[in-house]
Amino acid sequence: MLGDTSILFQIAGIGIIVAMIHTILKQMGKEEYAQFVSLIGFIIVLLFVLNSISDLFQQIRAVFFLKG
Amino acid sequence: MEMLEIISIGIIATILFLLLKDKQPAIAFLIIIITVLYLFIVAIQYVTEIINLIVYLGEQANIHQVYIKTILQIIGIAYITEMGSNLVKDAGLESVAAKIEMTGKLIILFLAIPIFKSLIETIISIFPVV
Repeated sequence: MLGDTSILFQIAGIGIIVAMIHTILKQMGKEEYAQFVSLIGFIIVLLFVLNSISDLFQQIRAVFFLKG
Repeated sequence: MEMLEIISIGIIATILFLLLKDKQPAIAFLIIIITVLYLFIVAIQYVTEIINLIVYLGEQANIHQVYIKTILQIIGIAYITEMGSNLVKDAGLESVAAKIEMTGKLIILFLAIPIFKSLIETIISIFPVV
């Protein structure tokens, strides 16, 4: 009955990689690029989360007769 | 055992959150959100079964469908309000969480208006006000 949990690990992986790139870029003195990398990582993860939220809300709407 | 899987997901999510909390707080918070959503999606499968039972019982007992629908809507709003306010509270925004809860309560009250009206009408038809 349980679905796919790999999305959790995907997000954690993206987070770790982004944190690493952020640190490296900061060490190199490219502060503004580091900020960009953080932002883009956040947006990618946000897309995953949005999909999941819309999924849950669709189901809730179907189960509890909530319309509009 | 599904319960064991759910507990493991919670523990794994906690560990991943602790890993990312210092470096990327935003992504760590999104991990919390996705865990909560996942657990809710698991829970709603069971809720569906229970609600099917309630609807079936209501049909058998010849209760007007509007009442059951309203009650289910109220339960649903309570369900998502709880989730939303807890998520916002986790992020540390207590006041926003309080507003979400307040709005949820008001909407529940609003949905209960027709039931309340019909109750009052029934009472008045039994004991007519002279």
